[in-house]
Amino acid sequence: MSRATRAAFDEQVGRALGDATLQEVIRDGQDFMQVFHEQARGELDWPALLDQVEAVRSHTVENLDYYVDQFAANVEKRGGVVYFAATAQEARAHVLALARQRSAKLIVKAKSLLTEEIGLNAALEAAGIEVVETDLGEVIIQLAHEKPFHIVAPAIHKSLEQIRVLLSAAAGEELPADPAALTAFARRFLREKFFAADIGISGCNFGVASTGSVVLVTNEGNGRMTTTLPKTHVVVMGMERLVPDFESLEPILAVLPWMGGGTRMTSYVTAISGPRQAGDEDGPEELHVVIVDNGRSAILGGKYQKILNCIRCGACLDVCPVYRKIGGHAYGAAYSGPIGAVLTPLLDGFQHHPELPYASSLCGACSEICSARIPLADYLLELRADMVRLGSGSGAWQFGFRGFAETAVRPRVWDAAERLAGVAARPLTAGGAIRWAPGLPGLWTRTRDLPAVARQSFRRLWRRRPSDARDGEGTGGTRRLP
Amino acid sequence: MIDASGGPLYELPDDAPPGASPVGQPRAAARDDRGRPTTSVGRPRAALMITCLGDALFPAVGLAAVKVLEKLGVAVDFPGGQTCCGQPAFNSGYRDDARRAARAFVRAFAGSQSVVSVSGSCAAMVREHYPRLFAGQPEEAAATALAARTYEFSEYLVDVLQVENLPVAFKGKATMHHSCHTLRLLGVAEQPERLLQMVDGLEYVPLARARDCCGFGGTFAVKMPAISTAMVDEKVDHILETGADVLVGLDMSCLMNIDGRLRRRGCAMPVKHLAEVLAEGWRA
Repeated sequence: MSRATRAAFDEQVGRALGDATLQEVIRDGQDFMQVFHEQARGELDWPALLDQVEAVRSHTVENLDYYVDQFAANVEKRGGVVYFAATAQEARAHVLALARQRSAKLIVKAKSLLTEEIGLNAALEAAGIEVVETDLGEVIIQLAHEKPFHIVAPAIHKSLEQIRVLLSAAAGEELPADPAALTAFARRFLREKFFAADIGISGCNFGVASTGSVVLVTNEGNGRMTTTLPKTHVVVMGMERLVPDFESLEPILAVLPWMGGGTRMTSYVTAISGPRQAGDEDGPEELHVVIVDNGRSAILGGKYQKILNCIRCGACLDVCPVYRKIGGHAYGAAYSGPIGAVLTPLLDGFQHHPELPYASSLCGACSEICSARIPLADYLLELRADMVRLGSGSGAWQFGFRGFAETAVRPRVWDAAERLAGVAARPLTAGGAIRWAPGLPGLWTRTRDLPAVARQSFRRLWRRRPSDARDGEGTGGTRRLP
Repeated sequence: MIDASGGPLYELPDDAPPGASPVGQPRAAARDDRGRPTTSVGRPRAALMITCLGDALFPAVGLAAVKVLEKLGVAVDFPGGQTCCGQPAFNSGYRDDARRAARAFVRAFAGSQSVVSVSGSCAAMVREHYPRLFAGQPEEAAATALAARTYEFSEYLVDVLQVENLPVAFKGKATMHHSCHTLRLLGVAEQPERLLQMVDGLEYVPLARARDCCGFGGTFAVKMPAISTAMVDEKVDHILETGADVLVGLDMSCLMNIDGRLRRRGCAMPVKHLAEVLAEGWRA
């Protein structure tokens, strides 16, 4: 296990666990979303809807080469320019080149996880370009110099007071702790940026292959400002974010708002088909679509393929008991919660994120809720097995499980090992419990008692039953358990 | 409190043949000449899956399960070849070691009719993961067959024996931790609640956020102890909020985690496997 990564993970975990306010905020957020999860199931034929979502996503991913081609051709037919980026680096370099060619000084951005994934903002800022996030949650975390805490609600971890302080600093005056007033400031602040921006960058919730349309699902209206006001609109999208046609988008648009935000629908669903067309009253002069692979094609055709079904609704974060305690930053990437624990190691290599597949108690709440029926818990198990196979398991665990298996196949040795454990545990046992133990059990006893090892194991007690009671047949006779 | 010393050990009365009670009889099962339920091939037979933790730490749970099953007319067997189902290695990614342990486990239960586990998670390991673990291996058929006849304790009582009432009494309030694998991998949720509702004098108090994990997660508890502790702390808070006299569960690993934290926090609330509640309160 890479020490630096584990240390960074532990540090973020420690910070989250030690922050009582944060704990409350995450808990409230999850409890809040749970109500909507239940309401959605009450209103809609949920299993049938998920069948449709799963079918659409699986079909698209299975035939991704076809749909990427079709989508790109249709974008171009409408006057857009398509660029395929094999890596994050290529994607960053291409967007930066587009910005430089246009001498861009200011870029406004609508919320995009993909640009977080590829670290686009940092690359643009390093080139001296001002980048302004325009989704309110993104504005807040950009001012705080943080990563998204939640894939749908990036600033869910910020209290009203924390937001007030951040926005006041941006305003250069003390703003009141009033959501309406804070939003009004953000609106004024952003409006100027929208008008002044040279380029607008957005992500893409779904690309519609049959028309080459980029569909954005938003609530604040900033998406439309970003994609219509600047002369140049750059879409940066993961290559799997496609659906065959508008009809197949329907079940997804029914599920996504419920799971993502607890609403029947979002304020805006925007379909952008090319740059401004002849006769259009507004829209950008040029549209660039950057389709990013960055590890996705390596997932295609393999046992993890269904991870590409994800519609980024965030439901798995909202039910995860581990996310409930550690929040989003510990995952150390754009994607947090169970989807992050699976997707990040797959995209970025698990040697860089060896702790993530283990950041789960395998409770299965994520698999159960998933809008696209991704077997997330099974994938975590697979990732662990892959890591062991590739030799990234620690020597101590490897040795331990080898010994475990050797003992498990020999019931007599197992019996002896149990007795040995009992003897070893006896000096540590008081009042039927072990309050301190060395080594691995010590990680348990730091915060929890361990039960004492029984003086007689069940197998020994069973052996002492009279034989007529043991054979499983004539148990009607008299016998007495020891 | 979990009695970790190995007791209480049940004394079965000499004059009470299993299944003699008119209540607690399987509904659908035919009766033999002594009034005991039989299946088409005779009396129901079940092999107890004690699990590694149950064997070493909680033998009382095994004895309680045996008592209840026998009272319900089941001929109980304990295949001595069983050790561990392999789940700890499997969940940690050590598939080869898990498969070795699992292979021996499959062999140990080869001759048994039904297999009844006192742990939902270990039953789920056999049922959900064995078929895949042995896919393409010589043991595939045997593993799949074992998966098909493996049951969690409450599931066996309700779904197989079709128990509709029980001669069991308990005075007080009980709440319950369902355990994730029992709930989500086995789909066993209402069976234990139904059994608790059959207990005379027992007032069932539902738990807030009952579907949340207690934070055990096998090696997760020691690989990420801080997170695990934070999780069990919230679980303990919700359990204490219920004001219940006992916490009941179907999986000693989760209960061991909750009990360990309860004790460390100085709480004396008893924690019991459902089989213990039924065995201890059995009016015979």
